[in-house]
Amino acid sequence: MNIMSLTAVELGKKIKQKEISVEEAVIAALDSIEAKDEAVGSFVTVCRDKAMEDAREIQGKIDRGELDGPLAGVPVAIKDNMCTEGILTTCSSKILSNFNPAYTAEAVLNLQKAGAVIIGKTNMDEFAMGSTTETSAIKITKNPWNQEHVPGGSSGGSCAAVAAEECHYALGSDTGGSIRQPSSFCGVTGIKPTYGTVSRYGLIAYGSSLDQIGPVAKDVTDCATILEAISSYDAKDSTSVKRENYDFTSALVDDVKGLKIGIPKAYFEDGLDSEVKAAVLNAAKVLEKKGAIVEEFDLGLVNFAIPAYYVIASAEASSNLARFDGVKYGYRTSEYEGLHNMYKKSRSEGFGPEVKRRIMLGSFVLSSGYYDAYYLKALKTKALIKKEFDKAFEKYDVILGPAAPTTAPKLGESLKDPIKMYLGDIYTVSVNLAGLPGISLPCGVSSQGLPIGLQLIGDCFKENNIIRAAYSFEKSMTYNRCDMAKQFD
Amino acid sequence: MKQYETVIGLEVHVELATKTKIFCSCSTAFGGAPNTHTCPVCTGMPGSLPVLNKQVVEYAMAVGLATNCTITQYNKFDRKNYFYPDNPQNYQISQLYLPICRNGRVEIETEAGKKSIGIHEIHMEEDAGKLIHDEWENCSLVDYNRSGVPLIEIVSEPDMCSADEVIAYLEKLRLIIQYLGASDCKLQEGSMRVDVNLSVMEVGAKEFGTRTEMKNLNSFKAIARAIENERQRQIELLEEGKSVTQETRRWDDNKAYSYAMRSKEDAQDYRYFPEPDLVPVVIDDEWLAAVKSKEPEFRDAKKNRYINDYNLPEYDADIITLYKKLADIFEKTTDICKLPKKVSNWLIGETMKLLKEKAMEPDEITFSPENFAKVILLVENGTINGVIAKDVFKIVFEENIDPDKYVEKKGLKMNNDEVGLKKIVEEVIAANPQSVEDYHNGKDKAIGFLVGQTMKAAKGKANPGIVNKILKELL
Repeated sequence: MNIMSLTAVELGKKIKQKEISVEEAVIAALDSIEAKDEAVGSFVTVCRDKAMEDAREIQGKIDRGELDGPLAGVPVAIKDNMCTEGILTTCSSKILSNFNPAYTAEAVLNLQKAGAVIIGKTNMDEFAMGSTTETSAIKITKNPWNQEHVPGGSSGGSCAAVAAEECHYALGSDTGGSIRQPSSFCGVTGIKPTYGTVSRYGLIAYGSSLDQIGPVAKDVTDCATILEAISSYDAKDSTSVKRENYDFTSALVDDVKGLKIGIPKAYFEDGLDSEVKAAVLNAAKVLEKKGAIVEEFDLGLVNFAIPAYYVIASAEASSNLARFDGVKYGYRTSEYEGLHNMYKKSRSEGFGPEVKRRIMLGSFVLSSGYYDAYYLKALKTKALIKKEFDKAFEKYDVILGPAAPTTAPKLGESLKDPIKMYLGDIYTVSVNLAGLPGISLPCGVSSQGLPIGLQLIGDCFKENNIIRAAYSFEKSMTYNRCDMAKQFD
Repeated sequence: MKQYETVIGLEVHVELATKTKIFCSCSTAFGGAPNTHTCPVCTGMPGSLPVLNKQVVEYAMAVGLATNCTITQYNKFDRKNYFYPDNPQNYQISQLYLPICRNGRVEIETEAGKKSIGIHEIHMEEDAGKLIHDEWENCSLVDYNRSGVPLIEIVSEPDMCSADEVIAYLEKLRLIIQYLGASDCKLQEGSMRVDVNLSVMEVGAKEFGTRTEMKNLNSFKAIARAIENERQRQIELLEEGKSVTQETRRWDDNKAYSYAMRSKEDAQDYRYFPEPDLVPVVIDDEWLAAVKSKEPEFRDAKKNRYINDYNLPEYDADIITLYKKLADIFEKTTDICKLPKKVSNWLIGETMKLLKEKAMEPDEITFSPENFAKVILLVENGTINGVIAKDVFKIVFEENIDPDKYVEKKGLKMNNDEVGLKKIVEEVIAANPQSVEDYHNGKDKAIGFLVGQTMKAAKGKANPGIVNKILKELL
């Protein structure tokens, strides 16, 4: 049996039934990383010794009956923008290259309570700013399906690690599509929950009003199970919401009869790759055949989402990233004269070009005289976009569309033209602006052999609608594993 | 020379008396070892998030209500962005767009008469840490214990025109806030910080002159001096045909001189925007009513009550109500001993004298109303005389001992033994023939001296009435 080819929930079951020990599972993951990560580059930190130690401790708890959840003993990889006590947390940036947090993010703590073993921290676009994981200051992550292509971003490390079966599941974060787009590019499944569902405490902020942590896994069952484990009301996060229920696994039902699915016409116009279009529309057909009511509709303001998103996210980022100044922690330049020179040199040397671009953009839109024209207008646009979705959800349970306009681009193609890269976020950013839940799951493979992602969007707090639709669709598909994963069978 | 008027507006920062900080549960206690009252939130650690302390909102609301402000029921916080090492996030969470209080006013009275001073707004914000410059090591250190301590900033309208009015306004604010228990408002310790915005204009001019902002004012005296100095400086500039530069200046009270810190040209753009990590604070009518109902009796009402219900002279009532602590002691002690005027005398006399001697503030008083009342009753029922009472009170003031037990233990009861005292008086008369002669020559003061000598001989415990009586008989 290849332990790494199991899903997280399958492995959890086998651990519970004593077919596989936690230690065996952790060793399998560590071996897999050892074998593949030089080629893939998903991990920035691998916690070998700590993971083995934790494995023995968790096995003990399972044996004593103290832990019996579905994820007990299953190894997990964490995106490197979530604080983990005693484990480097770098945001894939030089400025935090030596940062060891004194505390662990709430979502990670929740996983640890569920018996997860942290196997390592995954690569990402620097401070989650980017769509390819190429802005990482640490390394390049490659798409396990084709190593000439990017894994997407910013949670590229998490998605590549799951696709390459270096771990069973991972946590990502999604500010404008950073879970859903790389999930789509890597042929894995990822959920961005409703804003406020997973605590942001300990998530190093990019765009505070948009950031959410979510699961990246091999299938919908895993994602729902992980989401159930990481979601909680957290008094330490003022934007955390006390939800009526945190039960997502009950939505794992293969039945979409009567489910109303809307397809925004604007999502299928110019700029959408024809193969992606065909695969996504085919998914709609599959769901229709299973009894869903599918129809096209006009979703307004689609083209305003990207400018509004980049204004708001950059504005918040320009302020959120001000704390990285060389004074308290992180990188400080070696030679400087006086305070301001120290700030300037530490930040100039510590941040990469994409981060600097967004800090400058954000500082500009917030500066006096421009605030009303940019930031305030973007906030108004955000509110209007939310209204458009509210209108749509009066009629539909689920909105269906692509996760990204294309399959994964080649390495080195995207950063040359940042505007083009930003436009690739067209299907994902509006979901963050409106605070909605979205799921991305594989719906086909292109002629080039690259995965295509389907995105299902739900109304606020209605994750269960998209989980149900995704689960039903998945039941009619065969899961495609990439060659890199298969070669270890 | 032309005639000028002065236009003054104040920005007053007040540290609120909450037990914990505004956005985390760290202690606000003053004086801990550096960086011991800190956590990831108030040191700006990556990933940490602020959670609003509701008590801050209540105090701000209470101050707003007491200063006749309109309370903003839909409140938001904003980020003020600037880089400085005492500011761990490099932004301060404050309120710009929707401050909690607006359009208030307080009434003041000076020699020039009564006046209403407008309050433009009151907003909530967090304090910064403290930079310590180590000259020896040639480096700077940061202490984040104060980082995140809650502040309110009270911004007045430019309604004041003299140092007298400024002091009257500040006194009024201090009393309101102290009575609310929202802060101790100590200028010297920085729990109340005052920035003075001042401009001058020709009498009758329609437009205000260019203003400056004066910082580092650590006492009322410094404020008065700085105002006078800045007024003169601006008038001199105008008289010389020069113009006033809009700038921030720093007052050096030792040199009685101010210097420019930064001008408007290099004023920073704070890039304010709504704080995304906090949700709006909604103050519903119920909450507002609850805070309103807890409003204490303020100074003016208290003063009138002391005059009417306790028959205190206005002079007494004025002094006692100047500090809430004194008023509290007055009321509790009077409740026990039912002698309001006596309590007042002790407060205005001995208590004030001891406070001054020991350079203490009334807030630092530690004696209990119970023990204070006992001292008064010991005198009243003739157990001790007034001289001994002062000594006993001093010990009560210093150590809050039980005066009944103390008097018993030390044997300080008044000596009413006429036979014994007569003997002492006889000895005193024999020893001081000159005074006796002076007395007979009509020098009334002489008897005072003889009483004093008798008291001394009787170890201070003699009943002064009896001594007087015996002396007059024997003389």
